[in-house]
Amino acid sequence: MTRDDRFFGLLVEFADPTRLEHACEKVRDAGFEHWDAHTPFPVHGMDAAMGIKGTRLPWIVLVGGLTGMAAALLMIWWMNAVDYPYIISGKPLFGWPAAVPVTFELTVLFSAFATFFGMWGLNGMPRLSHPLFSNERFKRATTDRFFIVVEKTDPQFEIAKTRAFLESLGGLAVEEIHDRAED
Amino acid sequence: MNRASATTGMDAPPAYDPSRPTPLVLGDETFTSITDKVCGIVEQPRPPKAWYAAITITGATTLLLFAMLFHLITTGVGVWGVNSTVGWGWAIVNFVFWVGIGHAGTLISAILFLLRQRWRTSINRFAEAMTIFAVVCAGIFPAVHVGRVWLVHWLFPLPNYQAMWPQFRSPLLWDVFAVGTYATVSLLFWYTGMVPDLATLRDRATSKVRKMAYGIFAIGWRGSHRHWHRYEKAYLLLAGLATPLVLSVHSVVSFDFAVSVIPGWHTTIFPPYFVAGAVFSGFAMVGTCLVPARQWFGLKPFITMHHLDNMNKIILATGSMVGYAYAMEFFIAWYGGNPNESFAFVNRAFGPYAWAYWIMVTCNVISPQLFWFKKIRHSLPAMWIIYIFVNIGMWFERFVITVTSLSRDFLPSSWQYYQPTMIDILTFLGSFGLFFTLVLLFVRFLPMVAMAEVKTVMPTEDAISGAGHPAGDYHGDIPYDPRED
Repeated sequence: MTRDDRFFGLLVEFADPTRLEHACEKVRDAGFEHWDAHTPFPVHGMDAAMGIKGTRLPWIVLVGGLTGMAAALLMIWWMNAVDYPYIISGKPLFGWPAAVPVTFELTVLFSAFATFFGMWGLNGMPRLSHPLFSNERFKRATTDRFFIVVEKTDPQFEIAKTRAFLESLGGLAVEEIHDRAED
Repeated sequence: MNRASATTGMDAPPAYDPSRPTPLVLGDETFTSITDKVCGIVEQPRPPKAWYAAITITGATTLLLFAMLFHLITTGVGVWGVNSTVGWGWAIVNFVFWVGIGHAGTLISAILFLLRQRWRTSINRFAEAMTIFAVVCAGIFPAVHVGRVWLVHWLFPLPNYQAMWPQFRSPLLWDVFAVGTYATVSLLFWYTGMVPDLATLRDRATSKVRKMAYGIFAIGWRGSHRHWHRYEKAYLLLAGLATPLVLSVHSVVSFDFAVSVIPGWHTTIFPPYFVAGAVFSGFAMVGTCLVPARQWFGLKPFITMHHLDNMNKIILATGSMVGYAYAMEFFIAWYGGNPNESFAFVNRAFGPYAWAYWIMVTCNVISPQLFWFKKIRHSLPAMWIIYIFVNIGMWFERFVITVTSLSRDFLPSSWQYYQPTMIDILTFLGSFGLFFTLVLLFVRFLPMVAMAEVKTVMPTEDAISGAGHPAGDYHGDIPYDPRED
């Protein structure tokens, strides 16, 4: 692997969320696509500043919940009224009121699984390594510093031009990110 | 910060004005100092000596639990005090007690989140952890209560050689699903909330072991805003799912009683009454652990008197609901005109278990009423003593409900007085050992305060414009009386 293959993109560091937000607006307006902001906590107003649209996560959760509900009702009906019918106190073999608690619980359970795995899946996690982890500055992204990263895969990316643009954003520093992967 | 100056009310105490928000983070904390303080606790090379002393005691008590369970399983449920009349003894009482304690964590993490109660951010991690540990303790009791523990998988709808399925019209089976779902969803919620903080610990880690351990559990989190966007949506969805869930769990637990025909159990007030009681006992247990923890671990800037005051108010509110429910049960027993029902309640208050009933009333109805006084809501020793009273009272509530009704059933010739054996008592004691061992391990290895969340309720370091403010609606110069702490 050559050094160039390991080049990931450019990083610019900010000391506070306000400056980051204004800088993000500029990156957005410059038309970049493969870029991201990294913050220690969710900074509100960033969705608009970065031009992020909604996520399809709620639809995944809805499907999960409906699956749970259907699975519970089918399970209860099939087990108690079809496969092993057993009359108790002369009650109907399947009565929906008695099925409500378990159906509710499984609806919630499946929805929660859909939320949990759907969110991490859409975020591309779990992953144990990432080129950004090789940068020393970036270690503070989970504590008190704010970053914008523009990846080299962006159609507009030209190392010198993009670097000059990022330097104009008024950050603390601009650095190149290289993956630490061994040659 | 402009302290203790801005009140305008004529008779209001000078340092407190409820119409104005109180700061959620005190002192001159910055993003950096929050991380340093919270991570510092788990990054110390060695925990304080008191931690070792504490875990020795709780570890030994946990071993006691395992020894008692071993004795029970190898000998049989005859080692307990249950008899043919009172088939539900301490095991069920302890189960309901522990499940109830878990409810505060979910209330704080989910319901207060949906209600936008920002003060929850400092205490939600701790309370959620306690939820999970309490549910672990709770789960032990019904599992061993089945008697033949090696057949405990019959609780679940698993294919088996007898080609039998569980009976889905039974509240006991509903309970399996309710508690199972609750434990799972609480764990997912807790872990989801913790991932960004685990990433902080990973990025600060100096030793290889810590880097690996926190690195694996942080699953590659790097604070990407595109990730935060979905993360916040997921957190909101989980909160929305956990809210009806937590209300359902203790409702379903109460169905174990209410769906039966036993006088004293067969009442429609049980679901809301159990849920209020669960929140009540849960907050008391959170307070029991939180008051010493903030003292020992230097968490006073994040867990302020304001937080404790709010918790005490919730205890006052839910305690009053529980008191109302006790009164209403008696009213309905009289108004309903069912002689069995009236007998059950007179027997509760004046029968052989009257001592337990009046301990319950003293602890649950009278002691929280002291929280009407601000002095008591703000006094650490006073509130801690009340928490202990509430813990005791809520255990007795479950004891009174479970045992008094069973011991006096429809056939007077089978009436019996139930007494626990030493095995019952030591098993229950042992469950506290397990609970506090888990709490101690948690405070040693995991971030006790949700750092990323607390940072969102802080004032920004540079107040250039309101738009850049992370929290959005924070107001500065708030009256704060440092003498209170």
